[in-house]
Amino acid sequence: MSRHQTSWQQLQADLADTGYVASDDLAMALFLAVTLGKPLLLEGPAGVGKTQVAKSLSELQSTKLIRLQCYEGLDASHAIYEWNYQRQLLAIRAAAEEQKPSTEIEDHVFSEKFLLQRPLLEAIRQETPAVLLIDEIDRADEEFEAYLLEVLSDFQITIPELGTVPARSRPHVVLTANGARDLSDALRRRCLYSFVDYPDRRTEMAILQARAPELEARLAEQIVGFVQALRKEELEKKPGIAEMLDWAAALGGLGVNDLADDPEQTQATLVCLLKTERDRAAVPKEVQQRLVGRAA
Amino acid sequence: MQVTRFPQRATGPAERLSGFAAHLRMNGIPAGLPETETALAALGVVDASRMADVRLALKAVCTGDADANGRFDDLFDAYWLNRGRKRDGTAATHSSRNASADSGRTYRMASGASDEEGEADTPDDDTEAASTGTGTGRLVASTTRSIEKTDLRKLMTPEDLQRAERVAEAIARSMRDRRSRRFKAASRGEALDMRKILRRSVQRGGEPIELFRKARPDRPVNIVALLDVSGSMTVYARVFLAFLKGLVSADHRTDAYLFHTQLVRISDALRDSDTMRAVNRLSIMAQGFGGGTKIGANLKQFNAQHAAQSVNGRSVVIILSDGYDTDPPEILAQELARLRRRGARIVWLNPLRGWDGYEPVARGMAAALPHLDHFAAANTLDDLVALEPWLNRL
Repeated sequence: MSRHQTSWQQLQADLADTGYVASDDLAMALFLAVTLGKPLLLEGPAGVGKTQVAKSLSELQSTKLIRLQCYEGLDASHAIYEWNYQRQLLAIRAAAEEQKPSTEIEDHVFSEKFLLQRPLLEAIRQETPAVLLIDEIDRADEEFEAYLLEVLSDFQITIPELGTVPARSRPHVVLTANGARDLSDALRRRCLYSFVDYPDRRTEMAILQARAPELEARLAEQIVGFVQALRKEELEKKPGIAEMLDWAAALGGLGVNDLADDPEQTQATLVCLLKTERDRAAVPKEVQQRLVGRAA
Repeated sequence: MQVTRFPQRATGPAERLSGFAAHLRMNGIPAGLPETETALAALGVVDASRMADVRLALKAVCTGDADANGRFDDLFDAYWLNRGRKRDGTAATHSSRNASADSGRTYRMASGASDEEGEADTPDDDTEAASTGTGTGRLVASTTRSIEKTDLRKLMTPEDLQRAERVAEAIARSMRDRRSRRFKAASRGEALDMRKILRRSVQRGGEPIELFRKARPDRPVNIVALLDVSGSMTVYARVFLAFLKGLVSADHRTDAYLFHTQLVRISDALRDSDTMRAVNRLSIMAQGFGGGTKIGANLKQFNAQHAAQSVNGRSVVIILSDGYDTDPPEILAQELARLRRRGARIVWLNPLRGWDGYEPVARGMAAALPHLDHFAAANTLDDLVALEPWLNRL
């Protein structure tokens, strides 16, 4: 189903139906991004659901999610378009045997047929506005960031051999960043912005209930309380929402009803939350029991 | 309910919003015409009669990073709710600037601000006269040499300091590793490796089927600098700060922090192109400048808050400190070890090391030593220059 949201509260409610609990800040930013057709930049720690925003939005709009995962060394040919070089060569050979004039060959090999669409080109050529997720933009180089500026402000892509390709539809662009490096002001200023933080207790509870409705309320309270308390501990990698959900699933799968019942088993399931050797050492059973105590 | 008042002459939403943008700019959040336009458009699609909605909408439009996002609510209240806090940033700045000027040693935090007032009453110094008066290349060179060799503590006149700052900045700028002119083969890159393409195409009858590319080699290091500005370091602080400014403006990946009893990130302030505003921002940040030191606690905070983002295997963390720590030395050692596990190289520049007969006996320094990759003196500008070859070897 595709719905048009008339207010940010409506969008927030619709997102909640898809299982995404968005804060007011985020819902407003997303609403404006969709309504005004501006890119939205999301920052925040890992595991708070930045990427999920785009997924939920595409689900909500029933449109295609086009994802561009950024990495160091990402360049235009991997993000925007590339010519299918091998096929071009073969076509030239075939054409040469038929003694075609060279201008005709040239027009032929630099036509749509030999164009490989990469995510950005694909996104602007959708009939209905797609959701374009540009994930971890801070991993890409500055050169690439500069490429993006053209796409993000004009929604058109210039291919020297073909000319300018205007957008058939304006994609909803969501960019995420973890702060691996500072983004340029130019990029920031073209985007709406929202900082996504770890959810508060109430929000996290709502997320857990939306994703794992079968979980008993008391255990859910304990899980959320524990994870919230755990984030206050000194850890190298604080557990995000996905980790929390994994843990809840693990506990549910093992048939745990109360965290305090079986400290051994609870300790064993902490692998879902603690992802480094040091963090596991930092939460021995005593600490775990203290956190459970606080949570209960 | 708070009463919303606007400047008398403000006639419509556009003017009020542009006033708000100006208010944000004054407080260091870059908001210009495009933001105002977007804000107007945004108010058109939300319920503009609800304060909460307007706040959320303007927040999404006008802020661009986590810092601005965090400060936005106060700035919003200050403008729209007219609590008279519109100029608090500037006001606080002014008094702290004057306060630091009174202390005599640290009138300015960043280089480049106008310094006219000092000229009349400072004693004439012959180095300046030599460079401006005769103007021969040799004399200029020799005076520059001398300032590079002088212990930074002895640079006391404003002119000396200013020149030292300039030299420090120049050193830092030149230290940025220059991008290589040569390309090297890479699986993907910005340029085609014609030589290799032709070579390989021979076996296919000259048809260049496979494309090889070459790219510029990676830049080897990014620098994170932590500057101690506690009481024992104040004599060095200005020159080091200029050094940091040079580092930061030479390479946008460089990150810089001040610490005394607290840790403050100053990269953005140092990058501020408006020098006066940079000075203001820095002097607000430097409250506590010249006080005690908590190196251990600050490093701990750095590790917890900033290291994940700014430190990786290609980082060099430069700590500029004399190692006098009021925290237990174990914390310092533990945090340095933690920092090192991130893969960073740690350089400790200690101005005391340049003194004759210096032994790292300060407990903090002694605890830190086993975790350092490079421990060097930093009491003359030459010592800073000496850092470059070391960095280049990485």
